[in-house]
Amino acid sequence: MSKSTNYIIGVFNDEDVLMDAVSTLKSSGVKIQEAYTPFPVHGLDDALGYKPSNLPIAAFLFGLTGTICALLLTIGTMGFDWPMDIGGKPFVPLPHFIPVTFELTILLASLGMVATFLIISNLKPWGHDPFMFDGRSTDDKFLIVIDLDKNKMDKVALTNLFKQTGASEVNSKIVENH
Amino acid sequence: MQVTSPVRPPLVTGGKTVSDVTQDISRHVENKPTKLWIMAFTLSVITLCYGSYCLWTTWYKGIGMWGLNKTIGWAWDITNFVWWVGIGHAGTLISAILLLFRQKWRTSINRAAEAMTIFAVICAASFIVAHMGRPWLAYWALPLPNAFGSLWVNFNSPLVWDVFAISTYFTVSLVFWYIGLVPDFATIRERATGVRRVAYGALSLGWDGSAKAWQRYEAVSLVLAGCSTPLVLSVHTIVSMDFATSVIPGWHATIFPPYFVAGAIFSGFAMVLTLMLITRVVFRLEDYITVEHMESMNKVIVLTGSIVGIAYLSEFFIAWYSHVPYESYTFINRAFGDDYWWAYWSMMTCNVISPQLFWFRTVRRSIAWTFLLSIVVNIGMWFERFVIIATSLSRDFIPSSWAYFSPTLYDIGDYLFTFGLFFTLFLLFAKFFPVVNMAEVKAIIKSSSAKKDTK
Repeated sequence: MSKSTNYIIGVFNDEDVLMDAVSTLKSSGVKIQEAYTPFPVHGLDDALGYKPSNLPIAAFLFGLTGTICALLLTIGTMGFDWPMDIGGKPFVPLPHFIPVTFELTILLASLGMVATFLIISNLKPWGHDPFMFDGRSTDDKFLIVIDLDKNKMDKVALTNLFKQTGASEVNSKIVENH
Repeated sequence: MQVTSPVRPPLVTGGKTVSDVTQDISRHVENKPTKLWIMAFTLSVITLCYGSYCLWTTWYKGIGMWGLNKTIGWAWDITNFVWWVGIGHAGTLISAILLLFRQKWRTSINRAAEAMTIFAVICAASFIVAHMGRPWLAYWALPLPNAFGSLWVNFNSPLVWDVFAISTYFTVSLVFWYIGLVPDFATIRERATGVRRVAYGALSLGWDGSAKAWQRYEAVSLVLAGCSTPLVLSVHTIVSMDFATSVIPGWHATIFPPYFVAGAIFSGFAMVLTLMLITRVVFRLEDYITVEHMESMNKVIVLTGSIVGIAYLSEFFIAWYSHVPYESYTFINRAFGDDYWWAYWSMMTCNVISPQLFWFRTVRRSIAWTFLLSIVVNIGMWFERFVIIATSLSRDFIPSSWAYFSPTLYDIGDYLFTFGLFFTLFLLFAKFFPVVNMAEVKAIIKSSSAKKDTK
């Protein structure tokens, strides 16, 4: 086991060149570690072969939890725990409970999904200055990062391939493993 | 590299590149505050201090400090509450509904509009809490197990629905706004050093801009937009039900929910315009917030303003058509009575007549006219809420109870408190946070930016 990983980084200036580069690299059998972009590039996740995110499913399940909790709360308190006679109306008038049920559904769906997103993406305010392959990727550069050890091609071949696909720079970086 | 559509006018002018976007927006966060900002901030803080004194007095001595009487139990407090909540609606509309409709022009203004939403809801909440009379017991509005034998809140009451609606709206808007800020904080973090790097590093939550992270980010944005869209419509619907489910003539109307939602969007867009027209000049963002943006918003204003106008006329028609004498009397008194005719006609002039000027393209595209009319609309929308609330209450069922409302210094002071709070928060936001969503603007640069002048 090596203690460090060798990465080779292709730097691109344009999202369309990046997209073409991703498909060229893929068809040449190169395994791409990750791509970094300053803004969401549509179709990049498909090109990299990422499955669609399951976050909407998480949102639905959290929303469902909200609906159930809200119905239990409103029906439980108004219908069973302390039924109140309000102008002779039914104790459990479901239409009156729609607003609270709706709001709690939305609240739990949103908060639950965002919490899931933060946890699975390891986004938290403390404890880490994130490792950046190239800080300019939050400004206007697009990066394709390749792990040299996981690919058959050597550094020179990959550099040439990057240059052919239109990379403005090709850099390498050695990262100490934790 | 840059493509200019032959059909649509560019959304970003001045031949900006992706890197220019970072430069132009981050500059305000990184530079020392300008003199103009310091002056505006000082003024806001002074207003906030005076307002805080008035609000403290209201809390300490009770709402007897206001001009309320036993006939008019709701006046400026609820007027201001509805006014601020309404203003808040534009932010969510721009960021959520326009996202679902794929309206790209939203990208330059959604950040500031959402910030405005959040601050406006805080201002609105201050009136709700104050009008409870004993604000330290505000938690009684929540369904908490308690010492009264588990006497719960009444879930049949629109006021309880409001507690849920406003707090959900605030929370979801805040989360939506913050998630959008995360990538931009990362951009600023990578440019910063020292303490600022640590601060923006913490704010950016360790964002690295990987394709996987962006994929999840987009999924979250889309679902949050999908959640916020019915949410924003539900919030003002529920606010309107505070009135519509009562049996007060002038309030008891089925037209209220759509009428209030349209009014909320109307006033919200006006407030966004007021703020953005100032912000673009102060921060030199003329290339990002263009006349095209202003014109698009003015079109929304003329649409919603006309819906509001039709709602006013429908109310009048239904008051006559229903043959309910109390309802008819309320409306005739509103418009032609001795007490409040001036409020009614201010409302009609500001909300129904003045926005019709936006049918003219020159007016829609004139910065001076738009700025003026955006303020006129907000004055009109304040009067709308005052007219609905105060005039309907002032003529009680028994003529011996008829009364007139005059604001006291504390009514005015508490209103000033919210202005001080709103502008203090907005100025802090404009100084320390990126006022334009850099990532989203960068994403449209290629398709919607003007070509650089070839000189």
